[in-house]
Amino acid sequence: MQTVRLEISPTPAHVRTARLVAVAVARQCGVDEGLLDEIRLAVGEACSRAVGLHRLHSRAELVLIEFFDGPRFGVAVRDAAPSESTTTTTAPDPLALLTATNGDDLGRAHNRLDEPTEAFSEEALAAGVGLALLAGLVDDIEVAAMDDGTGSVVRMSWPVG
Amino acid sequence: MELSLSTRAQQDHMVLSVGGEIDVYTAPQLRQRLIELVEAGSKHIIVDMEQVEFLDSTGLGVLVGGLKRVRALDGSLRLVCSQERILKIFRITGLEKVFGIYRTVDDAIAAGD
Repeated sequence: MQTVRLEISPTPAHVRTARLVAVAVARQCGVDEGLLDEIRLAVGEACSRAVGLHRLHSRAELVLIEFFDGPRFGVAVRDAAPSESTTTTTAPDPLALLTATNGDDLGRAHNRLDEPTEAFSEEALAAGVGLALLAGLVDDIEVAAMDDGTGSVVRMSWPVG
Repeated sequence: MELSLSTRAQQDHMVLSVGGEIDVYTAPQLRQRLIELVEAGSKHIIVDMEQVEFLDSTGLGVLVGGLKRVRALDGSLRLVCSQERILKIFRITGLEKVFGIYRTVDDAIAAGD
């Protein structure tokens, strides 16, 4: 099994880099072309989630992305944010999104976020929708807290060939 | 690909044409443009997404934020999109129930008549 490892600082610009690398590695591993869009979106969502969590908790550590070549093409995205708020995959209620007026409301609907600014509300919304999107997109996905409490990891895989 | 944004008035609607990638990096530009349109008095906005090549949850959040802003003014925000890969994202997240999504700008305008 071959592995490609990529570490990015938690900034939005590098999420795009991760998406590009994901598609390149998946293609090299022999993943069907028809799955590449899904992989691009899923890796982007997982990395956006990790970057968002690092920014939320003011963590400067690098986000680690690993790609595994094997019977299936695997991707693991690991963050270093406190794990208590990172593993929910509950889908948001779309109508609640429109009635929520601040970060607290959205936080109750989706995730634990508590800065009631307008832009932040959208970030809160994106966090909840992002996980729902991942769960809906990827058949084989797991979001798990690290045993030592230092973050969480999103693991996903797709068939090869 | 970077984000491209252009606006034009059509009947009593403001059409915001978006191209490129709407993601965690570019979504703030889209948010800012929507805020500018609302502050300039536009309350019936159509976001034409036919040239969008990538959309993630951050972009969805910005669109919902825009919808909330115009609804607070008794306005509307409708989407134009016929690309299956983009429509799939709205279906998975349940946001197809929140937005009016049309295949053409003319269809979106007609929906408000």
